[in-house]
Amino acid sequence: MPTLSESRSRLLVSEAGIPVSNWETADSTQEAVSLAKNLGFPVVVKLCGDEIAHKTERGLVRLNLKTEDAVEEAADELLSSVTADDGEVTLLVSEQIRGNRELIVGLVRDEQFGPCVMLGIGGILAEAVADVAFRLAPLSRSEASDLIDDLSMQSLLDSFRGEPAVDREALINVLCALGDLGSDQEVLSVDLNPLIVANGVPIAVDALVETVEG
Amino acid sequence: MTRDLLPLFEPKGIIIAGVSSHPGKFGFVVLHNILSCGYNGNVFAVGRESGMLLDQPVLSSINEVPHGAADLLVVCTPVQANEELIRSAAELGVKAVFMVTGGYSEAGGEGVEAEKRIVELSNELGLVVAGPNGQGIVSTPMDLCAQIVAPYPPKGRISVASQSGNFVSAFQNYANQYGVGISRAVSAGNAADTSIADYLEWFADDKETDVALCYVEGLKNGREFFERIKDVTKRMPVIMVKGGATSGGQRAAASHTGSLASDGRIFNGMARQAGITHARNIESAFEAAATFATQPLPSGGDTLVLTTAGGWGVITADAITNHRDLNLISLPKDLMDSINEMLPPRWSRNNPVDLAGGETRDTIPDLLEVSASHPSIDAIIQLGLGIQGNTASLTKSGPFYPDHGLERIVDFHERQERRYAEASIEASIKHQTPVLVASELATADPSNPMVAAVRESGRVCYASADRAVESLGHLVRYRHWLNIQE
Repeated sequence: MPTLSESRSRLLVSEAGIPVSNWETADSTQEAVSLAKNLGFPVVVKLCGDEIAHKTERGLVRLNLKTEDAVEEAADELLSSVTADDGEVTLLVSEQIRGNRELIVGLVRDEQFGPCVMLGIGGILAEAVADVAFRLAPLSRSEASDLIDDLSMQSLLDSFRGEPAVDREALINVLCALGDLGSDQEVLSVDLNPLIVANGVPIAVDALVETVEG
Repeated sequence: MTRDLLPLFEPKGIIIAGVSSHPGKFGFVVLHNILSCGYNGNVFAVGRESGMLLDQPVLSSINEVPHGAADLLVVCTPVQANEELIRSAAELGVKAVFMVTGGYSEAGGEGVEAEKRIVELSNELGLVVAGPNGQGIVSTPMDLCAQIVAPYPPKGRISVASQSGNFVSAFQNYANQYGVGISRAVSAGNAADTSIADYLEWFADDKETDVALCYVEGLKNGREFFERIKDVTKRMPVIMVKGGATSGGQRAAASHTGSLASDGRIFNGMARQAGITHARNIESAFEAAATFATQPLPSGGDTLVLTTAGGWGVITADAITNHRDLNLISLPKDLMDSINEMLPPRWSRNNPVDLAGGETRDTIPDLLEVSASHPSIDAIIQLGLGIQGNTASLTKSGPFYPDHGLERIVDFHERQERRYAEASIEASIKHQTPVLVASELATADPSNPMVAAVRESGRVCYASADRAVESLGHLVRYRHWLNIQE
């Protein structure tokens, strides 16, 4: 199934009402540097294209770039690593979101149960820890709240290492918005991995949408 | 739309097609069980061997049954005979059919087509068809045991629908063991025409059912099942065991969400969202159903532990603390004051309330009364009962009984045990607070007077504190789910 580029994926979920870190796309290193200046340092630069789904595995994500030089160097490297299979690509420049906690949320279509929303503890250990729970979409607010309660690591949702507790209402908004995307038959799946909890508020810093048609 | 399953569970008369004189055959056993368990309606045996069978005349054709005399047909005849048989039955006024016969979709090949034809026939004739490939039906309000196997359970308020006939038997075996009875039970077999959801919807409207208990393997349409069951659970608790992992392989590899959607996680989420009590195994499913059927529903999870045995109290406190839906409540000040007046100062002064041997004759009943009536206490787990009865048992079997004053003390111990059990039930009913009594004596020595008294009251004496905690947790989760429904 075709995947949308991160940029198109971000646009889709952000229009659905899910907070996404500020971003823009650039066609050249020059442009990336000027976007970074506008967004404010530090920034993240990634290679972005419809054919590029597994950025981290291919080293196509550069985090925490603090200067123009660092952005320039990262952008050059990313552009030089483009292969013929990658199709049309751009540089995605986004603000660097800081937070100690990561969540993963997603929408998947199950053969038996149809569209389902997932919430889990995110980060690099997400799949190993597998503290995740599902609900059938769409979700009422109380169902979204119960989905949050279903996670095992509840203490991660409380105040944590100097950061406030996860803003429950904000997370419920994300889960409900994602559930509502389930009624869009064009959308096959959505991965928001991770959602960084910044000052209590979950913000998507990556997005991957699979659609029926590209 | 709830289907009308009344003719299946409350037939005025029953035709058994395919009776046999061989006591090992299904066609014999089902007739035997119907005649033996007290069913009061008309019974017509139809078979190839003429003469008498179990004091019943065997009719050579279904057409010999008078019109309107039976509304349920039990089918033990081979696949090829059944379509004509069902047509004839419908003409006689039969409304429901239970098909024991195997060799349908479970056998593959032609069986699949034959089963489709049965479903078409049932639609055409407006019949309810249960099975095929099912073990039978039980309906204790009718004293009806139309099963090809045992057992027959005591009467009660739990109704069972299962995709495995074996588990219908298992649940009924547990009903006998626990003394908590069954109302209706059906083995859905291949569930060709009547599905688990159909049964559950009907149970929700059934005056003879308070709790539904089901075993599910495959679901033909998971989403539809979810929508329908959600409506049932608003009206009655549904306890479910799911067999078989869900398929996870077909999902898109690009999505992390997809790769995490395995191992039945979506089913688990669906169950919780639909308010289903999702039990981890058959035994705990029955125990949960028995608990729903016999205890009041708590208003929350704030739990008090009353114990005369220190170790059990500690273990139970751990189990409650580890349970996500339960809370080991801190003793409210006024309750603390009341207990101070009843016990010498060495009691635990904490939850668990450990009497530490300070109790006298009336302490336990009094303690139950103040605890169960306290507005902050949602539920009570009571431990350490049965000790006096246990002592009495050894005393009675020893060489010194009944002399040396032993007869008197044994009587006292046994009387006290019964009193404790009765007091817990009385306080529970009076204040609508669940009180779950747990003791290993429930299985170690069911003749213990405390255990026997709990059983006589119709309730469960839990075989361990952990099991009481697990069942209580199910009640609290269900209450929470009811509370969050819009």
